[in-house]
Amino acid sequence: MQFDKELDARGLACPMPIVKTKKTLTSMAAGQVLKIVATDSGSVSDMKAFAEATGHELLASETQGKEFVFFLKN
Amino acid sequence: MGAVDYPAGLDELIAKKVDEIVSKRVEERLAQLGNKPKGPPSMTIIATKGTLDWAYPPFILASTAAALGWDVAIFCTFYGLNLLRKDLSDLKVSPLGNPGMPMKMPFGPEWFRKISWNIPNVLQCNVPGYESMATSFMKQTIRNTGVADIGDLRALCVESGVNLVACQMTVDLFGFNHDDFIPEVSEYCGATKFLPMAQKADVSLFI
Repeated sequence: MQFDKELDARGLACPMPIVKTKKTLTSMAAGQVLKIVATDSGSVSDMKAFAEATGHELLASETQGKEFVFFLKN
Repeated sequence: MGAVDYPAGLDELIAKKVDEIVSKRVEERLAQLGNKPKGPPSMTIIATKGTLDWAYPPFILASTAAALGWDVAIFCTFYGLNLLRKDLSDLKVSPLGNPGMPMKMPFGPEWFRKISWNIPNVLQCNVPGYESMATSFMKQTIRNTGVADIGDLRALCVESGVNLVACQMTVDLFGFNHDDFIPEVSEYCGATKFLPMAQKADVSLFI
């Protein structure tokens, strides 16, 4: 999937994946896509909740081995 | 009396118009009654504990809420003032009185790390340096699992606009002065100031 920026949240535990996602999104233009890679299993439901609460579209949420990859639209 | 034939779409038009008019009237009425239109969700936290394990919940909740776009304020009172000290490396944790704390060694092979050591209170109280050891093991555990350093977490809160408020009464009580705390504390006040903030907030927590 196409993306404009990638955030490496590997090795970070709650709440860092979400807090860093929010921080990165503020530096991006509306409509751009952010790819987030995390290893925290809690981030799967967190990312979904974040997308719903903030109105950003979660384009995809995949598990790749021990990593969780998300594509979020700003 | 016979049924009346209304023009097509009249029902929809009426519903739409009524909706618009009623919404507007309700907003006006609420504004008259002194209720402001709803902004983002808000949360207040009263933080009363000052150990390393109790420092995490307020900052994690606050930074997460801020990431969700909420307005957040933390009122630090009693030992919660520790969370506002300039140097957070002094925060300690004690297993004494914390029977729920898992005591696992943060080093060594996997099978060793899984063991939960049940240290009797008599040893906890009487071995000098026990608390320092427990604190340094806790810090190692935190590092091992990728949980943020407490100073970094606080900095993230400050950066995301979390409002940090200190209890002036506690400052006086323990003989602190404002220089002991980070400059980002927005206000030193009392319960009278903070309680109305808590009342207006959507979520109010006592930690």
